[in-house]
Amino acid sequence: MRGTAAVPCCGGAESALSDQSMKARITVTLKSGILDPQGKAIEGALKSLGVAGVASVRQGKVFDIEVEGADRGRAEAALKEAAEKLLANTVIENYRVEVLG
Amino acid sequence: MKSAVLVFPGINRERDMARTLRLVSGSEPAMVWHAETALPAGTDLVVVPGGFSYGDYLRCGAIAARAPIMDAVRAHAARGGLVLGVCNGFQILCEAGLLPGVLMRNAGLKFICKDVYLRVERSDTPFTRGYNAGQVIRVPVAHGEGNYTADEATIARLEDEGRVAFRYVAPDGDLDPSWNVNGATHAIAGILNEDRNVLGLMPHPENHVEDALGPTDGRGLFVGLTQYFAKAA
Repeated sequence: MRGTAAVPCCGGAESALSDQSMKARITVTLKSGILDPQGKAIEGALKSLGVAGVASVRQGKVFDIEVEGADRGRAEAALKEAAEKLLANTVIENYRVEVLG
Repeated sequence: MKSAVLVFPGINRERDMARTLRLVSGSEPAMVWHAETALPAGTDLVVVPGGFSYGDYLRCGAIAARAPIMDAVRAHAARGGLVLGVCNGFQILCEAGLLPGVLMRNAGLKFICKDVYLRVERSDTPFTRGYNAGQVIRVPVAHGEGNYTADEATIARLEDEGRVAFRYVAPDGDLDPSWNVNGATHAIAGILNEDRNVLGLMPHPENHVEDALGPTDGRGLFVGLTQYFAKAA
């Protein structure tokens, strides 16, 4: 029972915090030339479903991240660190960081 | 031989590994939880066992590779200490940067659980001294992501420096794409680091060491390691 409505002070603090956060997205994709058997399987399934015009499919990952604060530059630096340290394996993957605001 | 077997959430082959280490070396390995920051004093060999650490979330081995204990493993390797990674352990060592390259989804997309034939490429390492170079051994694999790959320069370096320890081959020892079960580049099943004190391999030698269970070709790896440390002591 950790109701938020019953504790107005905390509810207020939470909404103040969320005012100062930014939404961001990190997209991780396989580098070109890296074999993507999962993408190939999905491509095959789309073709067998009769979806017209599918030439090829590559599977990737999307991370939606909420970043504290309102400093865009700092957020971008932190997200780049997250991608480099964990979210992407740069041996086989590329990543793109977007701060959506 | 004082060995330490790392334990991560989701790992499930640590007890097979511990049993084999005990049976072959005669001494009980220490089981070391991932949140520890130090290895037991005097550890000779660190073993990163197989399984599914963190449910293979994100990428196989990615989260375990960033666990607190891994800094101690890196320091142990930097001092020349031996590190063996099997299956998920191999994936973890690659993700931790202790070995180059990456293990991708099997080329045939299926999880493969069966015996394979490996050619031991060299016998002059602490891990392979129990075998002869060129010897073919039969051991099991159990993985969905064992398709070893790296950029061309890395593969060329591994080959030039003789750092491929094991390859998937036909029973007669010949390279044959149909016996390269997961489609690995150059049929690579196991590799060594630059100093040859870190070995990662996808197959499970620890599962073929007891007569009661059939083939015992995996024994050589652990016998060799035990003799290596007995000699050093």
